[in-house]
Amino acid sequence: MIPELGHFTLILALCLAITQAVVPLVGSYTRTISWMAASRSLAWGQFVFLAISLAILTYAFLGNDFSVIYVAQNGNTKLPDLYKISAVWGAHEGSLLLWACMLAAWSVAIAAFSRNLPLEMVSRVLSVMGMVSIGFLLFMLLTSNPFDRTFPAPFEGGELNPMLQDPGLAIHPPLLYMGYVGFSVAFAFAIAALMGGRLDGSWARWSRPWTTIAWVFLTLGIVLGSWWAYYELGWGGWWFWDPVENASFMPWLIGTALMHSLAVTEKRGAFKSWTVLLAISAFSLSLLGTFLVRSGVLTSVHSFAADPERGVFILMFLLVVIGGSLLLYTWRAPYISGGGRFDLVSRETFLLGNNLLLAVFAALVLLGTLAPLIYDALELGKISVGFPWFNRMFLLTTPFLALLMGVGALSHWKHAEPSLFVKQLRVAFIISLLFGLLSLLPVFSAGNWLVGLGMGLAMWVASSHLVNVRDRLKNKRGFAGFWLDFKTGGRSYYGMILAHLGVAVFIVGITLVSNFGREEDVRMSPGDVSEIAGYNFTFEGVTQVSGPNYNASRGRFQVSKDGEHVATLEPEKRAYFVKTMPMTEAAIDWGLTRDLYVSLGEPLGGGDWSLRLYYKPYVRWIWLGGFLMGLGGILAVTDRRYRTSRMRSAKTADTANAAPAVSGG
Amino acid sequence: MRTFFLTLMFLLILPSSHASTLAEYTFDEPGKAEDFRTVTEEMRCLVCQNESLAGSNAELAVDLRNEIYDMMKAGRNKDEVIDFMVSRYGDFVLYRPPLKPSTYPIWFGPLIVFLIGGVVLFRILKRKSLTRETKLSTDEQHRLDDLLEQSTDPRDNNQ
Amino acid sequence: MNQYLRYSIPLFVFAVIAAFLYKGLGMNPREIPSPLIGKSVPEFSLPTVEDAETIVKSDNLLGKVYLLNVWATWCVSCRAEHQTLVHLSRSGKVEIVGLNWKDDRDKALSWLNRLGDPYVINIFDKKGRTAIDLGVYGAPETFLVDSKGVIHYKHAGPISMELFNETLLPMIEDLKRKG
Repeated sequence: MIPELGHFTLILALCLAITQAVVPLVGSYTRTISWMAASRSLAWGQFVFLAISLAILTYAFLGNDFSVIYVAQNGNTKLPDLYKISAVWGAHEGSLLLWACMLAAWSVAIAAFSRNLPLEMVSRVLSVMGMVSIGFLLFMLLTSNPFDRTFPAPFEGGELNPMLQDPGLAIHPPLLYMGYVGFSVAFAFAIAALMGGRLDGSWARWSRPWTTIAWVFLTLGIVLGSWWAYYELGWGGWWFWDPVENASFMPWLIGTALMHSLAVTEKRGAFKSWTVLLAISAFSLSLLGTFLVRSGVLTSVHSFAADPERGVFILMFLLVVIGGSLLLYTWRAPYISGGGRFDLVSRETFLLGNNLLLAVFAALVLLGTLAPLIYDALELGKISVGFPWFNRMFLLTTPFLALLMGVGALSHWKHAEPSLFVKQLRVAFIISLLFGLLSLLPVFSAGNWLVGLGMGLAMWVASSHLVNVRDRLKNKRGFAGFWLDFKTGGRSYYGMILAHLGVAVFIVGITLVSNFGREEDVRMSPGDVSEIAGYNFTFEGVTQVSGPNYNASRGRFQVSKDGEHVATLEPEKRAYFVKTMPMTEAAIDWGLTRDLYVSLGEPLGGGDWSLRLYYKPYVRWIWLGGFLMGLGGILAVTDRRYRTSRMRSAKTADTANAAPAVSGG
Repeated sequence: MRTFFLTLMFLLILPSSHASTLAEYTFDEPGKAEDFRTVTEEMRCLVCQNESLAGSNAELAVDLRNEIYDMMKAGRNKDEVIDFMVSRYGDFVLYRPPLKPSTYPIWFGPLIVFLIGGVVLFRILKRKSLTRETKLSTDEQHRLDDLLEQSTDPRDNNQ
Repeated sequence: MNQYLRYSIPLFVFAVIAAFLYKGLGMNPREIPSPLIGKSVPEFSLPTVEDAETIVKSDNLLGKVYLLNVWATWCVSCRAEHQTLVHLSRSGKVEIVGLNWKDDRDKALSWLNRLGDPYVINIFDKKGRTAIDLGVYGAPETFLVDSKGVIHYKHAGPISMELFNETLLPMIEDLKRKG
């Protein structure tokens, strides 16, 4: 009975979504205040019903209700509670429910924190969100209902995929979805603005914090996913350019461009039509990613070739949402005013350059991801485009991005005084050139130009931003001066600095680990010692252990360097009871400057094992960089500026009940 | 059947975590081991579809690895191994598309994308800073802008 | 008008992508076309399933149009396909040569005893070396070979009567006519 209730609330949510899409929109054209105002309560109602649905599905998992097909496929009585909960979004139907629930949550957030926005704008934004929601709820109800039942109910469930039974993966998808779905807010703002022809600075100011928050979620989600792939898949890699990875990376690239473009539009009124296009593209790419993953048109491990019906539905949905919004764009964009002028040497120019680079990079990733499909469709033969190609594209794009980032940080809006500008650039340039050359010395890399380039660029990004901070604090007194500046409206500035330093950290990590990483495949008997990058790994043999829902072989290694004990590592190879696929659990001794990584291969008889040993210098900097970017984003949205400007605009806004806005969320 | 398809949306890659090792493949010749690794890492395991030949434990992958190992042991080089694989399984096995006329779009297309980006940048900048050298005051600038905008109107052509 | 044209570029790009995606829905990304089509069956010299002493060479198969069917007892879909093969061989429309891939001789023999033997010759490829030469990546797979030993068609997955009648039979008749 209870699962039917979940199904029922899902249908109710759909009804509310339809109302939310239609009533406020009509009201915004007929100027019917009550119709527009209804948008907020409708968003709340939809959220409540979807939350109930999600709670019921969770309850079904916790109570092992295998009469629900979805629970029977992914749940199991022996599964630890944490994974019973993460199994809720561990497969197709449930992940859609989570997605829809998050969309409703974002709508509620808009309803709650938009007291200062014109009611007309709010109602149109929420109406667009309602339209997106209709698509997802229909998709779920028509093709992928998580509450479908089976009779008789099986006694035991099929278990969540063992690969997903990991704490990191329990929270990775929700973070990622928050990012994807979050871009729907920027999208809805852009569409609402196109509808009303109201594309001014205030539109950009409203969208900015929302976009940044979504971007932060997406960044952290990708970082977490990459980290998970690193320790869970047992081959020491952290990015493989798989279609599914690309599906998350493209919206990130465009989202990054959007964030910066919004800054220009807000501050300078420039790039308006470009910003709108980016807002549409970021969300479109999120949806396109859904299609690619769900429809089975690409050879990803988890494609749905078995279910083209779903693919057809999503494609129709894409046509309506993306096609419709681009059509609106074509119709309205020519009337968007040009915005402020700027000089050739100005921050606008460099931001525009980087925006285009990010867009080009995203286009390349899209090209590489779709190329096999295009070749097949045009009967040009079956090809694969994998990591060697993508890595080359990465190498082709990122150096320019990093170069422009440094220049952009030091330039001023509208017009940068060349003499001062060159002086500042010179300092940063000399430092980074020296640093790059230094890294080419025989002791470091023996002339490996990739290392020189990477280190030089990282230093360029870091030093140019630090020079900028120095200039900003020139007339302020020491740390106290910095702290005052930080507190009084400098947060978004320091957020930007932090995020960009994150990029520098990321470049250092990627340069060092790809050029100095060592890996060794060895066969070892108990008692054997293998050396890698100066570390001695002593193999002490393998013992059998058992977990709640698996049995495992656990190896034991003592690692030492120069006779001193460094770590004890215990990698496992697990066999799960239900899904019998073997899983490797790598053992990692992590550190800021290096990871030592062991994973078990195969038993070779007589107590011998084949093993993979890795030495990964500075690999943590890759995720540390991503984390700093996310942290920078968080700093930026908590800037006082948003709060004060909200209060200010609240007075002029045409909402009758303008309450003081709460913080930047 | 659907149970078999793991369905997590937008999850990062999920090749089987059943990573294999290359411990059994040893070479006397220096550099050969490195070549062997590169070749097998840049080839697709055909049955797993998104795992490399080096990383997979599927039976076919093991067979193919052994085959490649035997070839390289017998003195064949990287290119010969690639030819061997392509003549049997097609370009599909290669993660790095081979350079030939049909793949020119993949390898040179990106340059065109860059070019388009460059042209767009150039055009915007040209429009935005058209009057940089004239050093007009803001008022003059605005008037000039208005004039320029008018003159793009076809009706004003003969003025 | 020119203005609209410029701003419709994104819409146009999306339309192209959507067209490809639509086409993609109808394609199977797991099917790998064989580069061996138009080429000769690779040379081999292998025993038969029935007798380890009888050696079959690739040349022995010249002179007739036949289907080369890769099968194994560990392959679930081969079981599904087997009835079709038996039916086809009884119809006499085409001869079927078997390539038993990485299998156990006794298991293979008992399978043939129980389910019927549709093969005129059954080659035993224990190591799977010839299968690699044929670019086999799964079982069952079926090749259509002409009398000169040239491969004309490859199908990955079980053969259905529908596929045989609609695709294979016209090609077989055509090849037989040409000799």
